[in-house]
Amino acid sequence: MAAGATRPGEAPPPAVELQGIDKWFGTNHANRGIDLAVMPGTIHGIIGENGAGKSTLMNILFGFLEADGGRILVDGEPRRIRRPEDAIRAGIGMVHQHFMLVEPFTVVENVLLGAEEGPLLRRSRAKARAELGRLARDYALDVPLDAVVHDLPVGLQQRVEILKALYRGARILILDEPTGVLTPAEADHLFRILTGLRDQGRTVLLITHKLREIMAVTDRVSVMRQGAMVAHRETAETSREDLAELMVGHKVILRIDKGRARPGAPVLEVRDLWVHDRQDVPRLKGLTFDVRAGEIVGVAGVSGNGQSELLEVLSGILHPTKGEVRVGGEPVLNPAQGRSLGVGHVPEDRLRVGLVRTFPAWENAVLGHQRDARYEQGGFMRRRRIRDVCRDWMRRHDVRPQSCDLEAGGFSGGNQQKLVLAREMEHEPGLLLVGQPTRGVDIGAIELIHKRLVALRDRGKAILLVSVELDEVMALADRILVMFDGTITGEVPGEGADERRIGLLMAGIAEEAA
Amino acid sequence: MRDALPAWVELGLLPLLNLAFAFLVTGVIVVILGENPLEAVELLVYGAFGYGEAWGYTLFYATNFIFTGLAVALAFHAGLFNIGGEGQAYIGGLGAGLAALAFGGGSPFLVLPLCVLGAALFGAVWGFIPGWLQAKRGSHVVITTIMLNFVAASLMTYLMVNVLIVRGSQIPESAGFGPGADMPGLNGLLNLFGLDVGRSPLNLSLVLALVCCVLVWAFVWKSRPGYEVRVVGQSEPAARYAGIVPGNKVILAMTLSGVLAGLMAVNEVLGAQHRLVLGFSGGYGFVGIAVALMGRSHPFGVVLAALLFGALYQGGSELAFDMPAISRDMVVVIQGLVILFAGALEHMFRPFLTGIFVRRRDAAPAVREAARG
Amino acid sequence: MADVWLQALLVTDSTVRLAAPLVLAAMAGLFSERSGVVDIALEGKMLGGAFAAAAAAAYTGSAWLGLLAALVVSYLLAMLHGFATITNRGDQVVSGMAINIAVAGLGPVLADAWFHQAGRVPVFGAGTRFTEIDLPFAEAARAVPLMGSFYAEVVSGHNLLVYLAALSVPLTAFVVYQTRFGLRLRAVGENPAAVDTAGIPVARMRYEALMVTGLLCGVAGAYLSIGQGAGFVRDMTAGKGYLALAALIFGKWRPVPTLLACLLFALADALQTRLQGVTLPVIGELPTQAIQALPYLLTILLLAGFVGRAVAPKAIGQPYVKER
Repeated sequence: MAAGATRPGEAPPPAVELQGIDKWFGTNHANRGIDLAVMPGTIHGIIGENGAGKSTLMNILFGFLEADGGRILVDGEPRRIRRPEDAIRAGIGMVHQHFMLVEPFTVVENVLLGAEEGPLLRRSRAKARAELGRLARDYALDVPLDAVVHDLPVGLQQRVEILKALYRGARILILDEPTGVLTPAEADHLFRILTGLRDQGRTVLLITHKLREIMAVTDRVSVMRQGAMVAHRETAETSREDLAELMVGHKVILRIDKGRARPGAPVLEVRDLWVHDRQDVPRLKGLTFDVRAGEIVGVAGVSGNGQSELLEVLSGILHPTKGEVRVGGEPVLNPAQGRSLGVGHVPEDRLRVGLVRTFPAWENAVLGHQRDARYEQGGFMRRRRIRDVCRDWMRRHDVRPQSCDLEAGGFSGGNQQKLVLAREMEHEPGLLLVGQPTRGVDIGAIELIHKRLVALRDRGKAILLVSVELDEVMALADRILVMFDGTITGEVPGEGADERRIGLLMAGIAEEAA
Repeated sequence: MRDALPAWVELGLLPLLNLAFAFLVTGVIVVILGENPLEAVELLVYGAFGYGEAWGYTLFYATNFIFTGLAVALAFHAGLFNIGGEGQAYIGGLGAGLAALAFGGGSPFLVLPLCVLGAALFGAVWGFIPGWLQAKRGSHVVITTIMLNFVAASLMTYLMVNVLIVRGSQIPESAGFGPGADMPGLNGLLNLFGLDVGRSPLNLSLVLALVCCVLVWAFVWKSRPGYEVRVVGQSEPAARYAGIVPGNKVILAMTLSGVLAGLMAVNEVLGAQHRLVLGFSGGYGFVGIAVALMGRSHPFGVVLAALLFGALYQGGSELAFDMPAISRDMVVVIQGLVILFAGALEHMFRPFLTGIFVRRRDAAPAVREAARG
Repeated sequence: MADVWLQALLVTDSTVRLAAPLVLAAMAGLFSERSGVVDIALEGKMLGGAFAAAAAAAYTGSAWLGLLAALVVSYLLAMLHGFATITNRGDQVVSGMAINIAVAGLGPVLADAWFHQAGRVPVFGAGTRFTEIDLPFAEAARAVPLMGSFYAEVVSGHNLLVYLAALSVPLTAFVVYQTRFGLRLRAVGENPAAVDTAGIPVARMRYEALMVTGLLCGVAGAYLSIGQGAGFVRDMTAGKGYLALAALIFGKWRPVPTLLACLLFALADALQTRLQGVTLPVIGELPTQAIQALPYLLTILLLAGFVGRAVAPKAIGQPYVKER
């Protein structure tokens, strides 16, 4: 391979070039022969749905993960990037989706970590201050240098991450889903920073699943789907519709045949519901809504805007600091009592919360119902009964392999979800809470799960569906509640929902303003 | 994710390999001491199983280890590491001893159950405290149980020296218990089977220990509270989801663990010493850690491991007599090595075994691609 | 008055002597635990060091070679802990327990085999121990009231290792707060992923921390057998490693508060022998066992949040595994 030095008159080589990157996680082919060229001095977007393999690819480029095959070239030269320090040396910096900051450290200490000058800190500190001051001026990256990171709002924490990368002399900056935790105003500020970086000749790789961001700031965009790179486009020459189709492919599953809902009496009544976290920060701010029998109410929103807390408080796991949750007129006090009121719950994190990974399927089949007289007698588990029930559910819900002795962790994501869903539905809940029902689930299983949810609705049950997949919410829900920053910013009917309007509500722009 | 090994490798070969390594290192030490390890093993086996009385002592020690091993194992199922078996056994002895001193003159049919109850109750309290502290105050069981071992030792020293000592005596021992508090020996029973355990203190506690094994087994794998304890041990979020209050199960598991450790005193105090003496718990609580790790927290495994350590303790004494270069402390070394290899280094051979027993991953993608079509 | 002062000086003096091994071991534990590795094996490393020091000093007749042996053995034990918990991601408490128990057995076994003294290693002869050093002008200062006698009784007249222990605290504070190593050490115990992505290998960082832990524990062990004491006896650490761990928790994993906790625990120990049989007003006769148990009770109360709160380094006890 020829050295990558540019001769005058020639176009510069790509700042980063990936050739045939392959990565497996067990049986999951997360990256399939990825090719990508990122030109210097551009903002290059990589878009794809959750689980398309974007983060994996970037973690490989940054040396956090090692690829099973393929090559990485930086400025035209092949590089072996096996550890983050290799990437840093090659001029690559990364802002991770979950910040890599030491919370009790000050901003300066965080920036210094790994980029100290010599064994004593004094000189390093002085140099860092001067340099950070310069960076702050050049790129509108103001941060209080002596503040403890733990006390900073997330927007500022993210700037610390960017400063960290720049302080290490990163010419190529990777940002992984940087706006997931930001308010729209913070996101706009971030985009100004990124444009500034590009204008000064740095290269930015922006990973996101949001079309708006791609259209707003990128020069070029590459689309990933199910671990493969499916297209490269000039942003100016493409459209949202084009990209959306590329991202999703031809998804048949989202056309669900469902009849009109026939809502009955309210099953779930939520009144002025407040929840504060341990730091006493309000996570839910006075929610009021109903879910009626025979309807699916969808909750849409950018993740982290209170949806997880909502599910936990409705199922009784979290306690409201104010307000009340009633199911069938009775207040929900804790998960066990909630179940006795007929609350079923398919949690967002099925493998950590909804199942016990090391338990066989049959023991998982009664998780949460272990005190039910059908499964327990005189303090002992009715093993044979439970196993019969488990086998029956596995057959009827098409859980494969149909072995009730297999550990939960041994099933695929889709089959784990079917197992959880079977358990929660077979107890005929009056109200079913469902969180991210199809996250990490293969397409065949998605279709089946959606059908089951609609069938349950048609049997007159109330369903509350929380999903970060807007398409899923729009396809399933009869009414859509949009959440932003712990509040419900608006309600949209499911039938013929206006995506643009939901998008505005998700960004916190309330009805009147919109 | 870890590649799954076949069950017989996971449950059989891997633990055996770990154990073998512990003994291999022991053998090396024996060689360093200038003795022949094979000869040492021969002497040890004879010392442990060669004649009736040896069997008696081996089983007597094993009884202690079954109790303390079960205690550690039960806590493991709740995701807790109970290092406090030593203190719980010591305090359990106080419970047994106080009951014995108070009612020792009565009929054994009344007194013995009271003494056993005393041991269980006192052990329960010493297990409950760290359990409660973790559940309600968030202090870690590992640290509090370590600290409580020392508190138990100080408390017992105080009581022995100042309160329970026989008036006028210089030896910190309680008065002897009455005959009603003697745990019946097993020699008579065993004679029927042609085994004479001689003057060994083997007593009915062995039967109690075996009963406890069955009870622990039933509790952990058959009962609903045991199920809930295991859920907590595997995943607290799953427990909360399932309507289980994790703290309550932590308290339950630690209390039961304390009961089991406390019952060890029945064997030692009522079966052997027949009075309270300083330091009768003798480190047996710590042996429980090795026993539970080696027995993979299963009562059946605990019995096997306890038998092994019983043999090491008894055979080790005999060995020290015949081979002066190898002192009795060698058993403690083995105990440490077993904890090291069966516990801390339990996964050391896993990659090696995975290489042998699990089909190589490199070959798999092609197969899967083909299957995808 | 003079008598009370003298009594106070004597108590302070023995507090310093009793605190020295605690301080060394606690500082040792600080490095390990700040890097995210729980170390209940301070006890075992000290005991191993104590045995090695005694054995080497008895064999070679040199205290310095004794110290060297203690450093080597304690260092190797620390590396074993690292191999089990960092490389093999084994349980840190289990590994610590294994080391404590194995060493508790191995010391007497080797002592028996090599010295035939029922598990003891006596050390005698000139130059085999670190003996008391009289600082300059100590005798002259004795005549000066207060400060002078304090200098002569408390500051002067300890062996080298006590001064090393005293030095270890400011040194630890400096390393932890003012150096690159310290910055990385504190970071790796809080958020190892941040350290990893900053281009610093997490495992190497933790091994380096354990290295320091091992060396400091070695000094503590040598102090017991060839400084304060004259030889190795079975279980001679007698829970000092655990006490140091308690002090570390009590000091909230910070050097100076940890030093204060060590001094407090040592003071309790020093008073215990003096208060034997003494009747105090109000309380009456205080059982020595109550004072013995005090440090442990205090630590339990602290951990339970009844007296302040100790927040451990966030990543402590967890092996570092990259998330996918």
